[in-house]
Amino acid sequence: MTEVLIKVGFLAAVALNGAIIFTIMDVKGASWMQRRPGPLHVGLRGFIFPLAEILKFVQKEDIIPTEVDRPVFKWAPAYVMVSCVALFAVVPMSPTLVVADLELGVFFALAISSLGTIGVLTAGWSSANKYSLMGGLRAAGQLIAYELPLILAVVGVVIQAETMSLVGIVEKQIEWGVPFVVGGQIIGFLIFMVAATAEMMRVPFDMPIGESELTMGFMTEYSGIRFLIFYISEYMNMFILCAVASTLFLGGYHVPLLPTEWVNFYGPVVLLTKTAILGFILVAIRWSQPRFREDQLQNLAWKILIPASLVNILVTAVMKVGF
Amino acid sequence: MVNALDPQNINSFSEASVSVEIETEDMTLNIGPQHPSTHGVLRLVAKVDGEKVHDVKPVLGYMHRGYEKLAEVRTYPQITTLVNRIDWVAGFSNEIPFITGAERLMEIEVPERAKHIRLILTEMARISSHFVFNGAYALEVGALTPIFYAMEDRERVLDLIESVTGGRFHPNFNRIGGVKPAAGAGPTTKKDIQDLPAGFYRDTKVAMQKVIEAADQFQNLIGGNEVFKKRTKNVGVLTAETAEAFGVSGPILRASGVKSDLRTQTDYLPYDQFEYDIPVGENGDCYDRWDVRVKEMVESAKIVLQAIDSMPSGPLQAKVPKVIKVPKGRTYVRAENPKGEMGYYIVSDGGLGPYRLKVRTASFSNISILPNMLEGALLPDLIAIMGSLDFVLGDVDR
Repeated sequence: MTEVLIKVGFLAAVALNGAIIFTIMDVKGASWMQRRPGPLHVGLRGFIFPLAEILKFVQKEDIIPTEVDRPVFKWAPAYVMVSCVALFAVVPMSPTLVVADLELGVFFALAISSLGTIGVLTAGWSSANKYSLMGGLRAAGQLIAYELPLILAVVGVVIQAETMSLVGIVEKQIEWGVPFVVGGQIIGFLIFMVAATAEMMRVPFDMPIGESELTMGFMTEYSGIRFLIFYISEYMNMFILCAVASTLFLGGYHVPLLPTEWVNFYGPVVLLTKTAILGFILVAIRWSQPRFREDQLQNLAWKILIPASLVNILVTAVMKVGF
Repeated sequence: MVNALDPQNINSFSEASVSVEIETEDMTLNIGPQHPSTHGVLRLVAKVDGEKVHDVKPVLGYMHRGYEKLAEVRTYPQITTLVNRIDWVAGFSNEIPFITGAERLMEIEVPERAKHIRLILTEMARISSHFVFNGAYALEVGALTPIFYAMEDRERVLDLIESVTGGRFHPNFNRIGGVKPAAGAGPTTKKDIQDLPAGFYRDTKVAMQKVIEAADQFQNLIGGNEVFKKRTKNVGVLTAETAEAFGVSGPILRASGVKSDLRTQTDYLPYDQFEYDIPVGENGDCYDRWDVRVKEMVESAKIVLQAIDSMPSGPLQAKVPKVIKVPKGRTYVRAENPKGEMGYYIVSDGGLGPYRLKVRTASFSNISILPNMLEGALLPDLIAIMGSLDFVLGDVDR
């Protein structure tokens, strides 16, 4: 029991801190790309500004408009947050440092990640605002469309690893000596990253928020701590999906040539480094690309990504059976 | 209503094909007056079916400041203060046609040097306006970074305008018969007053080179972006016939393939002394409208560089009476502003101020095409098309 509690506490701490670190990375990355100083005033050259940000949002009034569907409106942020944190439960930071090494880990991760859609859709629906509604519906359409390539991209990894446990997948990559991204899953990795970017609703797939069109999309009516929860879970989602991607494709907590017997010591550092590198790529994409249009997004998913991932599965299966 | 259970009707029902059409009501979406992409307080009442826009009605007047009426109770020198607030992104260009109109009625010949200074500042205003467009348009299609580059580059041009006129946005620099002596240039009573600040020529040359570089950078960073091309190419196509029929002018008209530029057609400023191209688009889509403006920035920079080199010497002011009274008469002066054609119709009854001043602004005519262009567009395209028209609400409502 105590062990479970410690693990859950550790999980929440890592997920939250990951979100905060990704916030810093996003804002500092933005200022670096935009030739401006960025946040500077809150301690340590601005590097602890997310704390000030959190305090600010907590202090603000939690405005609930009169026309909203109150219970739904109030609970929507929680759905989004929970789906993010629960996803992190199966991500191993070392062979032992994992909250739950499920046999169907990949299945659990993909299932739980689509739970957030409910939160986004209900937030949009209950806000009694047309912009929110359109944002919520866009999010629903987008998440359904990109859930498929995400799952199909992972199927290639599962075939190659012959297991659905995330620890098992990493062990397989250690056994192979190279991560799956080098060992034949490069297309799967690219598809996964594109679909994951759409899943976390970041540029160029941020139509559900699309501030120039829908002001703030499904979050338009939210303020105070409820907005903060949406805001944090966006970064948490980004952090966790990057961690999942590094586990599935980049060898997780292990890098080749490092001794496997010490993996419990360097495992977390290695995983977080890989996650941060992937996160930085997402930051760079966010600040350099315009936004797709809704129909172009759907075309990309249904006409390019899904056929490509099906071909990827076929090729992986043939290679697996043939060699 | 046919009763389906009636045996007499069974035959016809078995033959009928099944087709169910769900009737859905269009949703009325109120875009603005407070909306991030309406450039101020424009309001669009859109009928949308999901993402598809069926009908758009622009509602204007939220920024009406009554400049035409205010002008009637002011003297001519006072009015320049008002008019450079019409299109505040390019404040200087608004003064020129008005001042030229008053000078024509008074039959004053403006010194060449004053004309050149006016021309240089007008082109700088055009460059700064197009910089704002570049940043804002990228923002509207979802790219968040270019606006910071655009604003940084624009600041160099605004610094130059400020060094000459003392104001970044609202220079109020033109006087009837010429221009004001530069800020910090000494008292106006001195015989040999310095009209341009020290180092202006050198700084301008550097800044214009930077403008040309910046335009090149925009062509690469924004124009070369695949997502940007996908969002703007073949979106909001405006044919030359429609554009002319609606009285659209400026870069929007040129993007549709019409080579129409008032700088070459009228003589409000000595543009005929310089060599420059008039960029023209091919398809009249959003990408062309963006492209034409970026190319225009380069041409404007070239004009400024030529004007700096061929700057004539001489007085800044023509001889004008102490109390300015414009003789009875009427005139219409039009000019090529960054947003399009701007014109002032001045009716004078011989008094200190105009009897009536009619202002024709580019943005007002340009956005009249919105309902026509947005028919059947998608909601994200609505923003992209609206942004590509590059209007300023002060210019629409006056």
